[in-house]
Amino acid sequence: MEKTLLQLNNISVVYSDVIQVLKGVSLAVEKNHIVSLIGSNGAGKTTTLKAISGLLKPENGKVTDGTIIYEARTVQNQSPETITRLGIIQVLEGRQPFKYLTIEENLRVGTATKWGEPYKKDLDIVYHYFPALIPRRKSLAGYCSGGELQMLVMGRALMAHPKLLLLDEPSLGLAPLVVKEIFRIIKRINEEQGSTIILVEQNARMALQIAHYGYVMENGKIVMEGRATELAANPDIKEFYLGMGVSGDMKSYKDVKSYKRRKRWL
Amino acid sequence: MDFFLQLLINGLCLGFLYGLSAMGFVMIFKSSSVLNFAHGELIALGAFLFLALVTWAGIPIPISFLLTLAVCFCFGFIVERFFLRPLIGEPLIFVIMLTVGLASMFKGLMLLIWGGNLHTYPDILPASLAIQLGPVTIPPVYIASLVIGLIFLSLFGLFFKYSSQGIYMRSVADNQRAALSLGVHVKRVFALSWAIASLVAGMSGIVLGIINGINVHNLSGIGLKVFPVVILGGLDSIGGAIIGGLIIGLLESFTGGYISTSLSEVVPFIVLVFILLIKPYGLFGLVEIERV
Ligand SMILES: Nc1ncnc2c1ncn2[C@@H]1O[C@H](COP(=O)(O)OP(=O)(O)OP(=O)(O)O)[C@@H](O)[C@H]1O
Ligand SMILES: [Mg+2]
Repeated sequence: MEKTLLQLNNISVVYSDVIQVLKGVSLAVEKNHIVSLIGSNGAGKTTTLKAISGLLKPENGKVTDGTIIYEARTVQNQSPETITRLGIIQVLEGRQPFKYLTIEENLRVGTATKWGEPYKKDLDIVYHYFPALIPRRKSLAGYCSGGELQMLVMGRALMAHPKLLLLDEPSLGLAPLVVKEIFRIIKRINEEQGSTIILVEQNARMALQIAHYGYVMENGKIVMEGRATELAANPDIKEFYLGMGVSGDMKSYKDVKSYKRRKRWL
Repeated sequence: MDFFLQLLINGLCLGFLYGLSAMGFVMIFKSSSVLNFAHGELIALGAFLFLALVTWAGIPIPISFLLTLAVCFCFGFIVERFFLRPLIGEPLIFVIMLTVGLASMFKGLMLLIWGGNLHTYPDILPASLAIQLGPVTIPPVYIASLVIGLIFLSLFGLFFKYSSQGIYMRSVADNQRAALSLGVHVKRVFALSWAIASLVAGMSGIVLGIINGINVHNLSGIGLKVFPVVILGGLDSIGGAIIGGLIIGLLESFTGGYISTSLSEVVPFIVLVFILLIKPYGLFGLVEIERV
């Protein structure tokens, strides 16, 4: 088990003491792997990531059962301040820039876990991965395009040199070419920076292409897991998540629509 | 014309001080959404602390000044740590009631120690600081308040614009969840904004004390003037707080000079009502960036 970086053992998550969202989720993440977590809307993917990063707490959520083990320490229900300093950084769903800060200031917030240490080199690394940000350095993040913002929030997380990077739907609402670019960079970050990555995605096809391993989640439970190549070849996955087959087309279309509607309110 | 100039300068200086103390108020609001009803007491506290250091302890003035600021800074920190922090996550009304309670407590303590009378500082500013501007003489205290105010303003400007800690503070005001996700110590940011607000309040207290004398009721009453100032400037705009302060200060000064002194106390609040009716977000309230 030396190679395991993170392990969730049968965790349950409850919001506001009554709403149970995760019902016994177990998963293991190997060092230097990209693990993708797919599943329909409301399956509990974001909740799983928040349970790991400690961001459940400010939303009145709690891990009520099970353990989360990271580098041989139990970390469930710790504060985000503690967990980020252990090297786990979550990139939130829906991008969430600091709108009134410039791009470069946004990136500097990423140094919060290492306050007082020099950060110029880290900025260079981020600009190396996301050269599109360079000409926008001095402009407010609130005026950036969706693609630029996705690069920004990933770059911001990269400033902290995460050992475990949690990405929540990076491809959301982006044009196909930009999505390709983003996934290419995720792969590079994983290979060159040695960051382990958990990738939550609606775009299962792309996610399974770059991932080593995958989990499928439904209704607060893991319903299937396997190597990414195997999952991508599985007929059920093909139908429901890769949008192949007749009924699959219908379903995914409806999903996308209701999904967008929900996002507006978030 | 002399009279006009005199009122103008008077109003600008007062307004600048109002603006600075409002800035502290806005800072707390921006970072933690707390409306601090004890702001006037923090102003009074600075003034009395300085008085105690100068007259009772007999410490040289520049040192007393710096010492007062340092103590105010720590005091703000402590207030946040012990009174506000346990209420993080509780409904806002509880937190507001807490600050109202703190206000009475501080005021009571100050009354207990210094009583309700008017105190004055010994002459602490050299008369040579006065500036002759045509027919008008600007008294030293106004010069001093402008200089100190400008120094503070630029220091804070630099702090928020360039220092990492300043950027973390702005990130919390901007998007608290995202700040948390990156490991920003949000509670520390709250504490720091209380500390800075209390420091600035203390500084305005000292200068206002030099101008008007030191009295618990008057000084803590200025805390109320923070409301028209921030409503005018926009509750979430630090620059707006300064400009709002200048406008209120000028209005007060001119009403007092040309119409009647008793009316000058009321004018800020009349303005407050009008602004709320016409522009509820203030003149400089943030216009939400809608994109994304
Ligand atoms: N703060 C909260 N309080 C109560 N219920 C919540 C909270 N956050 C999420 N939920 C509920 O938990 C369930 C799972 O939500 P979650 O955001 O984890 O799903 P998801 O898999 O990320 O979905 P999506 O693909 O739409 O982002 C949903 O039914 C949602 O309504
Ligand atoms: Mg989600």
